[in-house]
Amino acid sequence: MIKTENLTKKFGDNLAVDRLTLEIGEGEVFGFLGPNGAGKTTTVRMLTSLIAPTGGTAVVNGYQVGRDDYDIRRTVGILTETPGLYDRLSAWRNLTIFATLYEVADVPGQVEKYLRMLGLWERRNDEAGTFSKGMRQKLAIARALLHEPRILFLDEPTSGLDPEAAKLVRDFIEELKSEGRTIFICTHNLDEADRLCDRVAVFKTRLRVVDTTKGLRQQMYGRQVVFHLAETAVPFVTAVQDQPYLRRVEAVDNKLVIALDDPETYNPYLIRQLVEAGANIQFVGELRHSLEDIYLQLVNQA
Amino acid sequence: MKKIQTIIRKEWAEVFKNRLVLFTVAFLPLILTALPLITLALTKSYAGDLSSSMNTGSTEFFGDMCNGLSEADCTAVYMLNLYTLMFMILPVAIPVTIAAYSIVGEKTARSLEPLLATPISTGELLVGKMIAACVPAVAVTWLAFLIYAISARFMVNAAVFAEAMKPMWWLAIFVVSPLLTLLAVSVAVMVSSRVTDPRVAEQLSALVILPLILLVVGQSVGLILINEQIILLIGVLVAIADAVLVYLSVKLFQREAILTRWK
Repeated sequence: MIKTENLTKKFGDNLAVDRLTLEIGEGEVFGFLGPNGAGKTTTVRMLTSLIAPTGGTAVVNGYQVGRDDYDIRRTVGILTETPGLYDRLSAWRNLTIFATLYEVADVPGQVEKYLRMLGLWERRNDEAGTFSKGMRQKLAIARALLHEPRILFLDEPTSGLDPEAAKLVRDFIEELKSEGRTIFICTHNLDEADRLCDRVAVFKTRLRVVDTTKGLRQQMYGRQVVFHLAETAVPFVTAVQDQPYLRRVEAVDNKLVIALDDPETYNPYLIRQLVEAGANIQFVGELRHSLEDIYLQLVNQA
Repeated sequence: MKKIQTIIRKEWAEVFKNRLVLFTVAFLPLILTALPLITLALTKSYAGDLSSSMNTGSTEFFGDMCNGLSEADCTAVYMLNLYTLMFMILPVAIPVTIAAYSIVGEKTARSLEPLLATPISTGELLVGKMIAACVPAVAVTWLAFLIYAISARFMVNAAVFAEAMKPMWWLAIFVVSPLLTLLAVSVAVMVSSRVTDPRVAEQLSALVILPLILLVVGQSVGLILINEQIILLIGVLVAIADAVLVYLSVKLFQREAILTRWK
């Protein structure tokens, strides 16, 4: 659905996007993570034919950026960083304008469908300027969906929303995902990316890494098991550190953190060895690093 | 065409929800309708002081503008012509604010990016915005002019009215005036798409009215006496300028620069 090869964008001497190569499949929810100024919005703008790349190629929905811009704009939906609504106009009017511009066949029908779907039907005649942030964001999402795009670009969809409104938006994205739409999400919200995305990319001018969140954890840290002991863990490091199946052993207070590839197979041996060495094991669990840890490590490496 | 209509309706719906803008659209035509009528009424009261035939100074000043009319009548014709000339440039002044705001206003309100992300062409977008700015100004000017002309008919004699409402003035109001309006609007839209502040756009766009003010001043001090040839010449030149400016405003509209220049 989306394929880029060495996609590059320069603004004068400033390199905003450097040789981005990506492939996103149909029905995939793809998280595009990166700090402010990383070039995420520039990438979205290139992929939605709002701005032209200075190098490389991009194909979106079978259409080539720079050559088939009209078709790209006709077939993708975009939620921009700020809702950009016409505040003096009603919700109905806002959507009607865009439905017409997107050449929707049944304008009133589609407008009604999405106003109802996003819970805005009762407020359809109210000016968008009177809406709360969450409602404005929902209206902007409705606007992006009026023409039933198969690919949707969401730039910071829950930014600035209160937790309740953010959850509503996330739930709606889940719903769109279940309809098999391809969704490209730019976000700072790593928890959101972890929950919603099939794959994520960490990006800062150039692509740092792309994988599933599980794959990223594996790539960065391997699998780690933590043994909580009743006593300080340092003396027990020597009891297990020579085992060939271990990658790393670390003692932190009364915790023994062990990195290994196949904990299901080797945990019983480790437990036996530690008990034989006199350790009082209180409980054992797998250590899960947050996406935030991975993100920060990658971004800081950059 | 449907997209142009949508842009026009959107602009009107937005602009006319702002009462201040409505006021600015209605205010000038109202004043310009009332002012000549008041002046005519006042002129009538002292017309008796003017001689029934032209003196030498008046003949020189009025030239062949109103041969055969008395000085009082000729003064009335002169004043009516002056006001009609102002009616001709009136719709140029009205839409500049609206047009100057059209692109940069959307930029600052952040509504331009979603709009540019739709499959609308630059031509459709700009033509929609230009028509949306021109039509109310021209319509209100025509209405005001008709009220003025009908009222004037009851306030001056038939000879004065015939002289003051010669076909060239109808041509000026109903043909040249919309062309001048389009010229001002296309300049304003062009400026609006190249600046980052609506106030700068408005100030720069307002400059387009300066040559027209010079025309009025020229007419009022007798430097230029507007006649059919001048009106036709202005019409032709402005029509050519319009075509060039509309073309240029589409060509110079750089989506990318507009989006990425956002602060």
